[in-house]
Amino acid sequence: MMQQLAMQQMASEPLLKVENLVVEYAVGGRTVHAVSDVSLDIARGETLGLVGESGCGKSTLGRAVLQLRQAVSGKVLFDGHDLTAMHGDALRRMRRRVQLIFQDPIASLNPRRRIGDIVAEPLVISGVKDPDKRRQAVHDVLAAVGLDPALVVNRLPHEFSGGQCQRICIARALVLNPDFVICDEPVSALDVSIRAQILNLLEEMKARYGLTLLFIAHDLAVVKAVSDRVAVMYLGRLCEVGPSEQLFATPAHPYTALLLEAIPVPDPDVRPTESVAVGEPPSPIAPPSGCRFRTRCPRADARCAAEVPELRTVAPGQSAACHHPLI
Amino acid sequence: MATLELSLDEQAAEPARRKRRLGLLFWFAMGWMVLVFAVAILADVLPLPSPTDMDMLEKRAPFSAEHWLGTDGFGRDELSRLVHGARISLIVGLFAPVIGLTIGGALGMLAGYFRGRFESIVVGSMDVLLAFPPLILALAVTAYLGQSIFHLTCILGVLGIPAFMRVARAATLTLARREFVIAAQALGATHARILLRELLPNVLLPLLAFFLLAVAVTIVVEGALSFLGLGVPPPISSWGSMIGEGRESLDVAPRLAFIPAIAMFLTVLSFNLIGDTLRALTDPRQGAL
Repeated sequence: MMQQLAMQQMASEPLLKVENLVVEYAVGGRTVHAVSDVSLDIARGETLGLVGESGCGKSTLGRAVLQLRQAVSGKVLFDGHDLTAMHGDALRRMRRRVQLIFQDPIASLNPRRRIGDIVAEPLVISGVKDPDKRRQAVHDVLAAVGLDPALVVNRLPHEFSGGQCQRICIARALVLNPDFVICDEPVSALDVSIRAQILNLLEEMKARYGLTLLFIAHDLAVVKAVSDRVAVMYLGRLCEVGPSEQLFATPAHPYTALLLEAIPVPDPDVRPTESVAVGEPPSPIAPPSGCRFRTRCPRADARCAAEVPELRTVAPGQSAACHHPLI
Repeated sequence: MATLELSLDEQAAEPARRKRRLGLLFWFAMGWMVLVFAVAILADVLPLPSPTDMDMLEKRAPFSAEHWLGTDGFGRDELSRLVHGARISLIVGLFAPVIGLTIGGALGMLAGYFRGRFESIVVGSMDVLLAFPPLILALAVTAYLGQSIFHLTCILGVLGIPAFMRVARAATLTLARREFVIAAQALGATHARILLRELLPNVLLPLLAFFLLAVAVTIVVEGALSFLGLGVPPPISSWGSMIGEGRESLDVAPRLAFIPAIAMFLTVLSFNLIGDTLRALTDPRQGAL
């Protein structure tokens, strides 16, 4: 009985828990507040979409989860282990359970190594000594991502298109059978015609390998297509988190509403609404006081400048960091 | 299931790797290099007169069946001195840049990868080395330790370290930010593995191209030092010292200075030509993007 309870607790425990993460870095003597006090949960088997404008800290957050960027404060709990407290070998072992897929698939592959070596590299690093076993694993994973292993393994990255390179990157990320994959804008650099293929492949791989995904993107349509839940980020802070359908239907944060309005409607008679997109986002070097969105928000008042809004539940499963939510 | 994007046509075309035309000039350069290396290696076996035996009755003799390229101011066989001089020029010209390549390349890669204080120290000390007048260093070392091929190689090697360091560091700096390096870190690769497996193969190419250039420059610098009397001690011949000795009889027998100068010119030119061609050949992206 006790064991069952413990098991249930294990299952409901989020795979990744980010607690009050702060990432800052110095540029020319000034501090860039890239990620400020972000808390997130990602359940096992879930896909969390992370959206926001360029430079809002999405990618930094993804890399800080893997400890590729040093966090100033906060915790990253992966399967109960605090990654921010880990160093050296322990961290390297834990990183093997978390993989990363990048925006630029061609730059992600070493131009002077053969595809077979690139995909086998994770196995070598994690200590799989038997070359036959490695070859078999590389074969299997390349076939799984839709490439013919026999044709591919002896080639160099420049012989492939962007979509094929992204398939190779996905194969490399999956060869160790990880639990969690961070996709950092995996389709933004690809042709529109290839995007759907790669997104379908990611879905397929998620089912096949039982993955949990953090899907970072600035394209709302892409995020809507793949995510179970969506988190919206603005200037280093989380604005809103909620189930995908619900968030797209009834946004609570004015910024989410603004983003949704900015999606072009495929109808030439519909005029774009011009009133909402006010100005550029402020610099993350000197973010506005209180709510960071207040400088562009139609609902902002004195309270927004004085008080930082906390993430509060506004509907079942949906929470927003706003003093004047839309619902 | 995702579709297979590689067609079968490509498979059939794969074994026939694109051949590039190398050009007549490249083969001339290769031919000259092979000749120079062959005679330098076989200098002791070849049926040549001794390069140091003087024949005062035959000073500055013209070309003859006995002395193919005549004799120098001390009546020593010019061809034999040229062949033995090739040895010195090649030994110094190859080994000095090897010193620069290994030490400078390693320092540059470490500095470009780890950044921070280590990089400042390396770059700073290299600037100091660059600012130090090379002739004074050469003079100081030969004055204290004596003239020898070994010392000459060491001096020229140390002087080459800063340039190699800069080439390696610049290449590493741009590469270390590329996603494939971050991907390796995310995979849990150690620093040593990233440096050796991910960065080195990419940094090696510009370094080797620079190495061939450095060989050419070093042969010239060795000539200049020998010309000034700081190079190999007499009576050993090197191309530079032969030009230096030939200078004294420029008016009566200009060939004594010109023959070694032409040999040096052709060798340096060949190194440059071969270096350029090899670099173009080994760049994986040539014609692919």
